[in-house]
Amino acid sequence: MEIFENFIDKNGLIVGFLVIGVLAFLSEVFSKKVLKGYLPGSAIAILAGLILAYFGGIMTNGEKGLSDLPFLKGVGTFGGSMFRDFTIVATAMGASYLTMKKAGWLGLVSLLFGIVFFFVFGVALAWIWGIRDAASLCTIGAGSCTYIVGPVTGAALGASSDVIALSIAIGVLKAILVTILTPLLAKRVGLNNPAAAMAFGGLMGTNSGVSAGLAATDPALVPYGAVTATFYTGLGCLLCPSLFYLVLGWVL
Amino acid sequence: MIIYGVAILAFSYLTGQLCGEYLGEFLGVKANVGGVGFAMIILLLCKEWLQKKGWLDVEFEKGVDFWNKMYIPVIIAMSASQNVKVAVSSGFLAVLVGVVPVVAGFFTLPYLIKLSQK
Repeated sequence: MEIFENFIDKNGLIVGFLVIGVLAFLSEVFSKKVLKGYLPGSAIAILAGLILAYFGGIMTNGEKGLSDLPFLKGVGTFGGSMFRDFTIVATAMGASYLTMKKAGWLGLVSLLFGIVFFFVFGVALAWIWGIRDAASLCTIGAGSCTYIVGPVTGAALGASSDVIALSIAIGVLKAILVTILTPLLAKRVGLNNPAAAMAFGGLMGTNSGVSAGLAATDPALVPYGAVTATFYTGLGCLLCPSLFYLVLGWVL
Repeated sequence: MIIYGVAILAFSYLTGQLCGEYLGEFLGVKANVGGVGFAMIILLLCKEWLQKKGWLDVEFEKGVDFWNKMYIPVIIAMSASQNVKVAVSSGFLAVLVGVVPVVAGFFTLPYLIKLSQK
């Protein structure tokens, strides 16, 4: 048994390839046979991944879903930010530079609009909930941008650790929801062309949600969404603990 | 050779991400600002340059295309390693702030797109 455990540990990433391959295959079969193609196989696989991550979290009490199980550590490496960003950059090969340039300003506008929109919304809901101190409000607003902006802002403003944990939860929830809702709502909101995808990436901003949601909708749109979403977290970390915090203090 | 394609992709990735790191540092932010975006633009410029020189061959494109197609599996693996438990079990305020703005955001998108067409 020890030999087997060591073996799996040494070859974690390869185990990850196999596990994800099997999961993708089963999802494809499920999509074709049970759902008759109503939802694409990739969307099912992403959803199945989220569900498995939930059970992984329950079983191990860890923070990385399924990959907290020792023999599935490789799934975490495979789905980590390095591979995610590397493959997103590769999708640019099929994108058009001209289209990106043309829709550039729309991307920029939606980026700024998106950060303000989510921050204000988050702060307003927390205010209605009865939270009154500026640091906590600001951290919660930042959390509704992404699960990185939340804790970065909270740490900078000295928010309490439960508020920081709350902001992470909000951000993760947003990422998951964007993942699930994008393929379902894409048609209704006109998300079917590169310019719309750039606006979408800027508006939603959550990197993992936007990239997973677009992948399940139409892989050709991924590079356009990613090119704007990539600026969101950084800009959020810049604006939330500084400008937004000052404005918030002034409003209160 | 396939490795040339992978190498150009790696070059674009590293250069872009490094730009993002430095831009973050410059802005005083503890995060990477736009690294992936810079990397994508660098890759697109490399591609155009190679095309002009006539050095872009099928093998080369295969090196990038493999990683392009690995994108969805990576996303599946990423979903499987999200902290779903904390998101599901963190109380009503988290659900409220996590859900309401996202749904509202979706229905703002058409107006944002319309705005751009004027």
